[in-house]
Amino acid sequence: MRVKELSEVLGVEPIQPEFEDAEILGGYTSDLLSDVMAHATSGSVLITIQAHKNTVAVAGLVGILAIILANGRPVPEDMVEAARKEGIAIFRSQETQFVLSGKLYTLLTSSQ
Amino acid sequence: MSSTIPLNTQESPPFLLDLIYRLKVKDVMTKEVITARKETPLRQIQCIMKEKWITGVPITDEEGKRIFGIISMDDIIRALDGGYIEDPAERWMSRNLIVLEEDMPLQFAISYLDKFRYGRFPVLNKDRELVGIITSRDIIIALLVEANKEVEKLEQRIVQPPSRPGEEAWLLYHVRKYDFENAGKASAGLKKLLMERNLDPKTLRRVSVAAYELEMNLVVHSDGGTLSFRIGKDRVEIEAKDKGPGIADVEKAMEEGFSTANEWIRSLGFGAGMGLPNAKRVSDEFTIESRLGEGTTVRAVIYISPSSAS
Repeated sequence: MRVKELSEVLGVEPIQPEFEDAEILGGYTSDLLSDVMAHATSGSVLITIQAHKNTVAVAGLVGILAIILANGRPVPEDMVEAARKEGIAIFRSQETQFVLSGKLYTLLTSSQ
Repeated sequence: MSSTIPLNTQESPPFLLDLIYRLKVKDVMTKEVITARKETPLRQIQCIMKEKWITGVPITDEEGKRIFGIISMDDIIRALDGGYIEDPAERWMSRNLIVLEEDMPLQFAISYLDKFRYGRFPVLNKDRELVGIITSRDIIIALLVEANKEVEKLEQRIVQPPSRPGEEAWLLYHVRKYDFENAGKASAGLKKLLMERNLDPKTLRRVSVAAYELEMNLVVHSDGGTLSFRIGKDRVEIEAKDKGPGIADVEKAMEEGFSTANEWIRSLGFGAGMGLPNAKRVSDEFTIESRLGEGTTVRAVIYISPSSAS
């Protein structure tokens, strides 16, 4: 599955659509940025409620392709701008991290 | 009215020297010049000075382009003293004018202010028309503005100190306390540089983790400090050095899950007590020196050549 397909298959709202489309290799769900830094893998989708630009900085360093913000969190403009510069996609969903993670996990494991 | 600007053109820092040669008189001068005519009474010029808060008025033609002389505050004082304040400007104006050309470097204006002990100099263009006036105040403001810009650059951006032998690059960043706006920029800068060198992704990841955690520690816990990266042939050395407050119990700080971060920092996703353990885990060498009330220096080294990698 590719980043471009996320919005349709997961029903998430695209917030930052300027990204380099790539194959999604995995996913990680966490709100602790050090934890993301330590355990998320390159080519992943990050599911989090941390809607601020430090999340983008971590995502950039780790090589995360897309950030999905759960629980309909408001997204500040400077976060969108930072993600645009890094070419990282941002999506938003009204659903919880639990639900989103479950859906993404199912999609990723079934498409392999 | 005479003022000496303490910029010795020999011993000033290179930055200031560059600046006063790079800036031109026209970049610094006041462009809207208040002028008077030859027949204007000195009394009226006195009023103009008071009203406009200026200390010198060029005497020009109607268009304000051709300059004949200048009346300074000194001339006015003398006129009041001598009882000829109602005389026209033409009679008492200084006629040996020292003027600057708009394309001259600012350095000329500074040395003129020192050499001639005037408070201001009219500025002319190539056609000898009056286009501005420059005072020591204009110069001080311009220098402050430029110096501020430079300081800002130094604080936020990389300083590129000379490399030591065996070092391919040395980056130094200043990191401010609670500056979440710029947090991560230093690590991103290092990552970019290493990507250009085709470092393998696994090692790059380890370097990124160590750099980012130490950078965030400076932001979250320190009173500000520096983050330096030394990239050698076989190693990347990261040093985070801060000005305080120091770590009370280093052993405790190294424990996973232990953190002294406050609530709002935790709400941003930091302060989970994973920073130092994470940084240590990815490093080949890791040391902390800390003194309470003085500061902390953390050094992390990651080997980058396959032969010496752990």
